[in-house]
Amino acid sequence: MRHEISILIIGLFVVLTTASATAAVLSARAPKPLSATLTNLTQRINAWWVMVALMTVAFFFGRYGMTILFALISFAALREFVTLTHSRRSDHWVLLGMFGIVIPVQYWLVWTAWYGLFVIFIPVYCFLLMPAITALHGDTERFLERVSAQQWAIMIAVYCVSHVPALLTLNVPGFEGRNLLLVAFLIIVVQGSDVLQYIFGKLFGKHRFSPKVSPSKTWEGLIGGLAASSLLGALLAFITPFSPLQASAVAFVACTMGFLGGLVASAIKRDQGVKNWGHLIEGHGGMLDRTDSLVFAAPIFFHLVRYFWTV
Amino acid sequence: MNKLSLRTFTLLQTATSVGLAALARAVTGVRPIWSGCQPSDRQRIYFANHTSHGDFILLSACLSERERATTHAVAAAEYWRKSRLRRFIAEDMLSSVLISRQWTSPEENPISVMLSVLDRGHSLIIFPEGTRNMSDELLPFRSGLYNLSMARPEVELIPCWIENMSRVLPKGQFLPVPLLCRVVFGAPVAVAPGEERRAFLERARAELLALNPRPHRDE
Repeated sequence: MRHEISILIIGLFVVLTTASATAAVLSARAPKPLSATLTNLTQRINAWWVMVALMTVAFFFGRYGMTILFALISFAALREFVTLTHSRRSDHWVLLGMFGIVIPVQYWLVWTAWYGLFVIFIPVYCFLLMPAITALHGDTERFLERVSAQQWAIMIAVYCVSHVPALLTLNVPGFEGRNLLLVAFLIIVVQGSDVLQYIFGKLFGKHRFSPKVSPSKTWEGLIGGLAASSLLGALLAFITPFSPLQASAVAFVACTMGFLGGLVASAIKRDQGVKNWGHLIEGHGGMLDRTDSLVFAAPIFFHLVRYFWTV
Repeated sequence: MNKLSLRTFTLLQTATSVGLAALARAVTGVRPIWSGCQPSDRQRIYFANHTSHGDFILLSACLSERERATTHAVAAAEYWRKSRLRRFIAEDMLSSVLISRQWTSPEENPISVMLSVLDRGHSLIIFPEGTRNMSDELLPFRSGLYNLSMARPEVELIPCWIENMSRVLPKGQFLPVPLLCRVVFGAPVAVAPGEERRAFLERARAELLALNPRPHRDE
């Protein structure tokens, strides 16, 4: 596994260095003051350096690192989601429980690989108990809206995100002890697809995909990005239990889900009248702006691998 | 107070102030939005909406370390002198300025208490609604803001809208829900020549309300 990890790290380093160099050349040639797009590009690349560095560190701590990192990502994402949606004073204890109980329990279930409860804790137990607590408080003002927002918040920010470290609990025959590479594959392919869609969109984008929901998404970006990331998936087959063809198919499905995740996130932001979820990551926006694609891709990827490759 | 205890005293206050600012950032990711003024060492009276004990912690977390050391929150003596613990927290740890609603002797007069702090060159954080507000509307302002400005016209009055704190730590709760908060700092407000008390207070209130970045979210 060490061999594969070294290749990944060197590969990411080369890609980021190329990106930084390209942005530097573009900035040097461009008229001053720099356009917003170019300033934002440099900020985005710089943030990528930090994110890749953090992921790498977490990788070296293995299961501990991944579980803690994604619990923290859930925390940041949940905070952004709950901040944006309507809540009332009477929701205080339910909101506290989402941060103080739901996140720790869900990640403890990941840690102990208790699959049976991991998949139903939020969609069954939290789904039923949280509105019950809200009803017991007796405040019915905009009740359905409040409980729906709470459900969505924990499904998106906790349940879906927790499927990334949950990949470490899968038992793929002949792939024992290398599950970290599945995590790397999913993240690189899905985040890579975001970047590739951005690049294809900026270079060739003409036809808007859904002007009402997200004016920045174009057909050219989508098709180019998905094709390129499927190819990227095939190239990364050597770190997975998949054949190159399977890897590109899995990457295609994951990246399509990722695209839809971005679209849904845009719709929510538009509905709430904001452009970004937050300001945590310079140039990108909030944690959810960066992870919206991963949120939609992770559970599907997890279940594909679990259904077709595990015993 | 002798020199040693004075040192421990300032050390306690500095540690509290650094610790609370770090806590505020960790829980709420608080960001200052300097929309009408810039951070400055000038003597100021920051006035803000008040829904939570966390308000002044959030506001002071947006100030520099140096400004924080000379900026004091004004709080109700009736509440903060009720027990020794509260008194210790308010006066010794947070170096708040406590004023009484039912004052008797002239030295307890809230205005003179606040003026004496201003005359040391320090800044104030005041909540002109006079209480932690449980309603969705901004309450009418008390007169203190007007009186202070008339007495010390050279001190800038800065409106500060504190966002979301009523959801993070509502009145009556002690565990904060981590939600993102912003503090919007507006342009200085001053009493216009010949402006009446009520007119000025209403205008200051309107200036503060206008800073709310998402006024329609909860309608």
